[in-house]
Amino acid sequence: MNRKLAIFVGAGLLVALALAFLVSPEASSSPDGLEKVATDEGFIDEARDHDLADSPLADYGVEGVDDERLSTGLAGVLGVAVTFVVMGGLLLLVRVANGRRSPGGPEPEPGAG
Amino acid sequence: MHIPDGFIDAPTSIGAAAASVGGLAVGLRRSAEVLEDKLAPMAGLVAAYVFAVQMLNFPVAGGTSGHLLGGALAAVLVGPWVGSLCIAVVLAVQALLFADGGISALGLNVFNMAIVGVFAGYGLFLLARRVLPATRAGVTGAAGVAALGSVVLASLAFALEYAIDGSGGASTGRVFAAMGGVHVLIGIGEALITAMTVSAVVAVRPDLVHGAADLVPAPVIDRADRADRADVQVGGVA
Repeated sequence: MNRKLAIFVGAGLLVALALAFLVSPEASSSPDGLEKVATDEGFIDEARDHDLADSPLADYGVEGVDDERLSTGLAGVLGVAVTFVVMGGLLLLVRVANGRRSPGGPEPEPGAG
Repeated sequence: MHIPDGFIDAPTSIGAAAASVGGLAVGLRRSAEVLEDKLAPMAGLVAAYVFAVQMLNFPVAGGTSGHLLGGALAAVLVGPWVGSLCIAVVLAVQALLFADGGISALGLNVFNMAIVGVFAGYGLFLLARRVLPATRAGVTGAAGVAALGSVVLASLAFALEYAIDGSGGASTGRVFAAMGGVHVLIGIGEALITAMTVSAVVAVRPDLVHGAADLVPAPVIDRADRADRADVQVGGVA
Protein backbone atom coordinates (compact mmCIF):
# COMPACT_ATOMS: atom_id res chain seq x y z
CA MET A 1 0.00 0.00 0.00
CA ASN A 2 1.47 3.34 -0.99
CA ARG A 3 1.81 6.25 1.40
CA LYS A 4 -1.00 8.39 -0.02
CA LEU A 5 -3.47 5.51 0.23
CA ALA A 6 -2.33 4.76 3.77
CA ILE A 7 -2.99 8.39 4.72
CA PHE A 8 -6.46 8.28 3.16
CA VAL A 9 -7.41 5.00 4.83
CA GLY A 10 -5.99 6.18 8.15
CA ALA A 11 -7.95 9.42 7.96
CA GLY A 12 -11.11 7.53 7.00
CA LEU A 13 -10.67 5.18 9.94
CA LEU A 14 -10.25 8.15 12.28
CA VAL A 15 -13.56 9.54 11.01
CA ALA A 16 -15.26 6.18 11.58
CA LEU A 17 -13.74 5.84 15.06
CA ALA A 18 -14.80 9.37 15.98
CA LEU A 19 -18.37 8.74 14.80
CA ALA A 20 -18.50 5.46 16.71
CA PHE A 21 -16.99 6.85 19.91
CA LEU A 22 -18.35 10.40 20.06
CA VAL A 23 -21.58 10.43 18.07
CA SER A 24 -23.08 6.97 18.58
CA PRO A 25 -23.96 7.63 22.27
CA GLU A 26 -26.21 10.44 20.95
CA ALA A 27 -28.08 8.17 18.53
CA SER A 28 -31.87 7.90 18.70
CA SER A 29 -33.11 4.95 20.74
CA SER A 30 -36.59 4.97 19.18
CA PRO A 31 -37.68 1.72 17.51
CA ASP A 32 -36.35 1.39 13.97
CA GLY A 33 -38.55 1.10 10.89
CA LEU A 34 -38.93 -2.69 11.09
CA GLU A 35 -39.64 -2.66 14.85
CA LYS A 36 -42.24 0.06 14.33
CA VAL A 37 -43.99 -1.90 11.58
CA ALA A 38 -43.82 -5.12 13.64
CA THR A 39 -45.39 -3.30 16.60
CA ASP A 40 -48.12 -1.65 14.51
CA GLU A 41 -48.95 -4.88 12.67
CA GLY A 42 -48.83 -6.99 15.83
CA PHE A 43 -45.93 -9.36 15.21
CA ILE A 44 -43.24 -7.78 17.40
CA ASP A 45 -43.82 -10.45 20.07
CA GLU A 46 -42.75 -13.17 17.66
CA ALA A 47 -39.15 -11.97 18.13
CA ARG A 48 -37.09 -14.26 20.34
CA ASP A 49 -34.28 -13.09 22.59
CA HIS A 50 -30.94 -13.08 20.82
CA ASP A 51 -28.89 -16.22 21.38
CA LEU A 52 -25.99 -14.03 22.48
CA ALA A 53 -28.08 -11.56 24.50
CA ASP A 54 -25.86 -12.19 27.54
CA SER A 55 -22.57 -11.69 25.69
CA PRO A 56 -20.23 -9.04 27.10
CA LEU A 57 -20.80 -6.71 24.11
CA ALA A 58 -24.53 -7.30 23.60
CA ASP A 59 -26.52 -4.29 22.40
CA TYR A 60 -23.42 -2.21 21.75
CA GLY A 61 -22.25 -1.91 25.32
CA VAL A 62 -19.17 -3.16 27.15
CA GLU A 63 -20.02 -5.25 30.19
CA GLY A 64 -18.61 -3.74 33.37
CA VAL A 65 -18.42 -0.18 32.04
CA ASP A 66 -21.10 1.63 34.02
CA ASP A 67 -20.96 4.97 32.19
CA GLU A 68 -23.48 4.37 29.42
CA ARG A 69 -21.93 6.85 26.99
CA LEU A 70 -18.47 5.41 27.47
CA SER A 71 -19.81 1.87 27.22
CA THR A 72 -21.52 2.56 23.88
CA GLY A 73 -18.54 4.51 22.57
CA LEU A 74 -16.06 1.77 23.45
CA ALA A 75 -18.27 -0.88 21.87
CA GLY A 76 -18.38 1.26 18.72
CA VAL A 77 -14.59 1.64 18.60
CA LEU A 78 -14.18 -2.10 19.05
CA GLY A 79 -16.71 -2.81 16.32
CA VAL A 80 -15.02 -0.45 13.85
CA ALA A 81 -11.63 -2.05 14.53
CA VAL A 82 -12.91 -5.62 14.24
CA THR A 83 -14.87 -4.87 11.06
CA PHE A 84 -11.82 -3.25 9.42
CA VAL A 85 -9.54 -6.15 10.29
CA VAL A 86 -12.03 -8.85 9.26
CA MET A 87 -12.92 -7.28 5.91
CA GLY A 88 -9.40 -6.18 5.01
CA GLY A 89 -7.98 -9.49 6.20
CA LEU A 90 -10.54 -11.47 4.22
CA LEU A 91 -9.56 -9.79 0.97
CA LEU A 92 -5.84 -10.11 1.69
CA LEU A 93 -6.30 -13.82 2.30
CA VAL A 94 -8.37 -14.27 -0.85
CA ARG A 95 -5.74 -12.42 -2.81
CA VAL A 96 -2.84 -14.40 -1.46
CA ALA A 97 -4.69 -17.65 -2.15
CA ASN A 98 -5.49 -16.50 -5.68
CA GLY A 99 -1.92 -15.35 -6.29
CA ARG A 100 -0.72 -18.93 -6.00
CA ARG A 101 -3.05 -20.03 -8.75
CA SER A 102 -3.13 -17.37 -11.44
CA PRO A 103 -0.41 -15.54 -13.34
CA GLY A 104 -0.21 -11.82 -12.76
CA GLY A 105 -0.84 -12.14 -9.04
CA PRO A 106 1.87 -11.79 -6.44
CA GLU A 107 4.61 -14.43 -6.74
CA PRO A 108 3.16 -16.70 -9.37
CA GLU A 109 4.42 -20.26 -9.10
CA PRO A 110 5.40 -21.85 -12.38
CA GLY A 111 3.32 -24.89 -13.18
CA ALA A 112 0.61 -24.18 -10.63
CA GLY A 113 -3.03 -23.84 -11.66
CA MET B 1 -33.88 -3.16 9.74
CA HIS B 2 -32.06 -6.05 11.39
CA ILE B 3 -34.48 -8.97 11.58
CA PRO B 4 -34.45 -10.72 14.98
CA ASP B 5 -34.85 -14.48 15.44
CA GLY B 6 -38.47 -15.58 15.24
CA PHE B 7 -39.97 -13.13 12.72
CA ILE B 8 -39.50 -15.40 9.70
CA ASP B 9 -39.75 -19.20 9.63
CA ALA B 10 -36.84 -21.59 9.10
CA PRO B 11 -37.48 -22.59 5.45
CA THR B 12 -37.64 -18.96 4.31
CA SER B 13 -34.55 -18.14 6.38
CA ILE B 14 -32.62 -21.06 4.92
CA GLY B 15 -33.63 -20.08 1.39
CA ALA B 16 -32.41 -16.54 1.93
CA ALA B 17 -29.19 -17.84 3.50
CA ALA B 18 -28.54 -20.10 0.51
CA ALA B 19 -29.08 -17.23 -1.92
CA SER B 20 -26.80 -15.03 0.17
CA VAL B 21 -24.01 -17.61 0.32
CA GLY B 22 -24.21 -18.01 -3.44
CA GLY B 23 -23.97 -14.27 -4.03
CA LEU B 24 -21.11 -13.81 -1.58
CA ALA B 25 -19.19 -16.73 -3.07
CA VAL B 26 -19.29 -15.08 -6.49
CA GLY B 27 -18.22 -11.83 -4.81
CA LEU B 28 -15.22 -13.54 -3.22
CA ARG B 29 -14.17 -15.08 -6.50
CA ARG B 30 -14.46 -11.77 -8.32
CA SER B 31 -12.59 -9.84 -5.66
CA ALA B 32 -9.79 -12.41 -5.82
CA GLU B 33 -9.27 -11.46 -9.45
CA VAL B 34 -8.83 -7.76 -8.70
CA LEU B 35 -5.13 -6.99 -8.71
CA GLU B 36 -5.21 -3.50 -7.27
CA ASP B 37 -3.30 -2.98 -4.03
CA LYS B 38 -5.91 -0.54 -2.82
CA LEU B 39 -8.74 -3.07 -2.67
CA ALA B 40 -8.17 -4.71 0.73
CA PRO B 41 -7.57 -1.49 2.71
CA MET B 42 -10.41 0.32 0.90
CA ALA B 43 -12.85 -2.53 1.50
CA GLY B 44 -11.81 -2.65 5.16
CA LEU B 45 -12.38 1.09 5.44
CA VAL B 46 -15.79 0.95 3.74
CA ALA B 47 -16.94 -1.86 6.05
CA ALA B 48 -15.61 -0.09 9.15
CA TYR B 49 -17.24 3.21 8.14
CA VAL B 50 -20.59 1.53 7.44
CA PHE B 51 -20.39 -0.20 10.83
CA ALA B 52 -19.82 3.15 12.56
CA VAL B 53 -22.58 4.99 10.72
CA GLN B 54 -25.03 2.12 11.24
CA MET B 55 -24.79 2.93 14.96
CA LEU B 56 -26.09 6.45 14.34
CA ASN B 57 -29.86 6.06 14.47
CA PHE B 58 -31.56 9.27 13.41
CA PRO B 59 -35.18 10.08 14.27
CA VAL B 60 -37.83 10.03 11.56
CA ALA B 61 -41.54 10.74 11.92
CA GLY B 62 -43.76 9.14 14.53
CA GLY B 63 -41.31 8.05 17.23
CA THR B 64 -39.39 5.90 14.77
CA SER B 65 -35.69 5.90 13.99
CA GLY B 66 -33.57 4.69 11.13
CA HIS B 67 -29.92 4.31 10.31
CA LEU B 68 -27.76 3.99 7.24
CA LEU B 69 -27.77 0.54 5.62
CA GLY B 70 -24.82 1.45 3.40
CA GLY B 71 -25.54 -0.83 0.45
CA ALA B 72 -25.54 1.85 -2.22
CA LEU B 73 -22.60 3.61 -0.57
CA ALA B 74 -20.47 0.46 -0.56
CA ALA B 75 -21.41 -0.36 -4.17
CA VAL B 76 -20.45 3.13 -5.39
CA LEU B 77 -17.14 3.16 -3.48
CA VAL B 78 -15.81 -0.37 -4.10
CA GLY B 79 -18.21 -1.90 -6.64
CA PRO B 80 -21.16 -4.19 -5.96
CA TRP B 81 -19.31 -7.50 -5.50
CA VAL B 82 -16.83 -6.28 -2.93
CA GLY B 83 -19.52 -3.96 -1.54
CA SER B 84 -21.82 -6.86 -0.77
CA LEU B 85 -18.96 -8.59 1.07
CA CYS B 86 -18.42 -5.40 3.10
CA ILE B 87 -22.06 -5.21 4.21
CA ALA B 88 -22.15 -8.95 4.95
CA VAL B 89 -19.09 -8.60 7.20
CA VAL B 90 -20.75 -5.68 9.01
CA LEU B 91 -23.90 -7.75 9.57
CA ALA B 92 -21.92 -10.76 10.77
CA VAL B 93 -19.93 -8.67 13.25
CA GLN B 94 -23.16 -7.09 14.51
CA ALA B 95 -24.93 -10.43 14.97
CA LEU B 96 -22.01 -12.38 16.44
CA LEU B 97 -20.35 -9.72 18.58
CA PHE B 98 -23.09 -7.24 19.47
CA ALA B 99 -26.21 -9.46 19.48
CA ASP B 100 -27.85 -7.22 16.84
CA GLY B 101 -29.82 -9.14 14.23
CA GLY B 102 -30.71 -12.76 14.97
CA ILE B 103 -28.18 -15.47 14.21
CA SER B 104 -30.88 -17.62 12.57
CA ALA B 105 -31.90 -14.48 10.65
CA LEU B 106 -28.37 -13.62 9.47
CA GLY B 107 -29.05 -15.10 6.04
CA LEU B 108 -32.19 -12.99 5.72
CA ASN B 109 -30.40 -9.85 6.82
CA VAL B 110 -27.48 -10.48 4.47
CA PHE B 111 -29.92 -11.13 1.63
CA ASN B 112 -31.91 -7.94 2.26
CA MET B 113 -29.09 -5.53 3.00
CA ALA B 114 -25.93 -7.02 1.44
CA ILE B 115 -27.48 -8.51 -1.71
CA VAL B 116 -30.71 -6.60 -2.46
CA GLY B 117 -29.51 -3.34 -0.87
CA VAL B 118 -26.15 -3.39 -2.65
CA PHE B 119 -27.17 -4.62 -6.11
CA ALA B 120 -30.42 -2.64 -6.29
CA GLY B 121 -28.42 0.36 -5.14
CA TYR B 122 -25.79 -0.23 -7.80
CA GLY B 123 -28.36 -0.71 -10.55
CA LEU B 124 -30.13 2.51 -9.60
CA PHE B 125 -26.77 4.28 -9.43
CA LEU B 126 -25.91 3.23 -12.99
CA LEU B 127 -29.35 4.33 -14.22
CA ALA B 128 -29.10 7.69 -12.49
CA ARG B 129 -25.61 8.25 -13.86
CA ARG B 130 -26.98 7.92 -17.42
CA VAL B 131 -29.38 10.78 -16.75
CA LEU B 132 -27.15 13.03 -14.65
CA PRO B 133 -24.11 14.88 -16.02
CA ALA B 134 -20.77 13.05 -15.98
CA THR B 135 -19.32 15.21 -13.23
CA ARG B 136 -18.45 14.75 -9.57
CA ALA B 137 -21.76 16.37 -8.65
CA GLY B 138 -23.52 13.92 -10.97
CA VAL B 139 -21.86 10.97 -9.23
CA THR B 140 -22.86 12.37 -5.84
CA GLY B 141 -26.46 12.92 -6.91
CA ALA B 142 -26.70 9.46 -8.46
CA ALA B 143 -25.36 7.91 -5.24
CA GLY B 144 -28.05 9.72 -3.24
CA VAL B 145 -30.87 8.59 -5.52
CA ALA B 146 -29.53 5.02 -5.45
CA ALA B 147 -29.34 5.09 -1.64
CA LEU B 148 -32.99 6.07 -1.26
CA GLY B 149 -34.17 3.38 -3.66
CA SER B 150 -31.94 0.69 -2.18
CA VAL B 151 -33.37 1.16 1.33
CA VAL B 152 -36.96 0.97 0.09
CA LEU B 153 -36.22 -2.17 -1.95
CA ALA B 154 -34.38 -3.82 0.96
CA SER B 155 -37.39 -3.10 3.19
CA LEU B 156 -39.72 -4.63 0.59
CA ALA B 157 -37.49 -7.71 0.55
CA PHE B 158 -38.42 -8.16 4.21
CA ALA B 159 -42.12 -7.78 3.34
CA LEU B 160 -41.66 -10.43 0.64
CA GLU B 161 -40.05 -12.81 3.14
CA TYR B 162 -42.89 -12.15 5.55
CA ALA B 163 -45.33 -13.06 2.76
CA ILE B 164 -43.40 -16.20 1.77
CA ASP B 165 -43.31 -17.33 5.40
CA GLY B 166 -47.07 -16.84 5.46
CA SER B 167 -47.53 -17.83 9.10
CA GLY B 168 -47.61 -14.25 10.44
CA GLY B 169 -50.95 -12.83 11.48
CA ALA B 170 -50.56 -9.44 9.79
CA SER B 171 -51.94 -8.68 6.34
CA THR B 172 -49.22 -8.96 3.70
CA GLY B 173 -50.45 -5.86 1.90
CA ARG B 174 -50.29 -3.79 5.05
CA VAL B 175 -46.76 -5.01 5.82
CA PHE B 176 -45.62 -4.09 2.29
CA ALA B 177 -47.19 -0.63 2.54
CA ALA B 178 -45.95 0.06 6.07
CA MET B 179 -42.39 -1.14 5.38
CA GLY B 180 -42.15 0.81 2.13
CA GLY B 181 -43.68 3.92 3.65
CA VAL B 182 -41.46 4.28 6.68
CA HIS B 183 -38.37 3.33 4.67
CA VAL B 184 -38.95 6.14 2.19
CA LEU B 185 -38.39 8.46 5.16
CA ILE B 186 -35.37 6.50 6.38
CA GLY B 187 -34.14 6.39 2.78
CA ILE B 188 -34.00 10.19 2.68
CA GLY B 189 -31.53 10.05 5.57
CA GLU B 190 -29.65 7.29 3.76
CA ALA B 191 -29.52 9.46 0.62
CA LEU B 192 -28.12 12.45 2.51
CA ILE B 193 -25.43 10.44 4.34
CA THR B 194 -24.47 8.55 1.19
CA ALA B 195 -24.27 11.72 -0.93
CA MET B 196 -22.21 13.54 1.73
CA THR B 197 -19.77 10.65 2.00
CA VAL B 198 -19.39 10.09 -1.76
CA SER B 199 -19.02 13.82 -2.30
CA ALA B 200 -16.21 13.99 0.28
CA VAL B 201 -14.29 11.02 -1.15
CA VAL B 202 -14.76 12.10 -4.76
CA ALA B 203 -13.43 15.55 -3.85
CA VAL B 204 -10.14 14.26 -2.40
CA ARG B 205 -9.56 10.91 -4.11
CA PRO B 206 -11.88 10.38 -7.10
CA ASP B 207 -9.59 7.55 -8.20
CA LEU B 208 -10.72 5.56 -5.15
CA VAL B 209 -14.41 5.74 -6.11
CA HIS B 210 -15.42 2.75 -8.22
CA GLY B 211 -18.51 4.55 -9.53
CA ALA B 212 -16.49 7.56 -10.67
CA ALA B 213 -13.81 5.64 -12.57
CA ASP B 214 -14.85 7.26 -15.86
CA LEU B 215 -14.12 10.74 -14.47
CA VAL B 216 -10.49 9.95 -13.71
CA PRO B 217 -8.02 10.10 -16.61
CA ALA B 218 -5.87 6.96 -16.66
CA PRO B 219 -2.66 7.98 -14.90
CA VAL B 220 0.76 7.13 -16.33
CA ILE B 221 1.54 4.83 -13.42
CA ASP B 222 -1.39 2.62 -14.43
CA ARG B 223 0.07 2.05 -17.85
CA ALA B 224 3.40 1.15 -16.30
CA ASP B 225 1.55 -1.29 -14.07
CA ARG B 226 -0.04 -2.93 -17.05
CA ALA B 227 3.29 -3.17 -18.83
CA ASP B 228 4.75 -4.90 -15.76
CA ARG B 229 1.95 -7.39 -15.77
CA ALA B 230 2.40 -8.06 -19.48
CA ASP B 231 6.08 -8.77 -18.80
CA VAL B 232 5.15 -11.26 -16.14
CA GLN B 233 2.73 -12.98 -18.43
CA VAL B 234 5.08 -13.13 -21.40
CA GLY B 235 8.39 -13.66 -19.73
CA GLY B 236 7.46 -15.51 -16.58
CA VAL B 237 9.03 -13.95 -13.50
CA ALA B 238 10.11 -10.42 -14.36
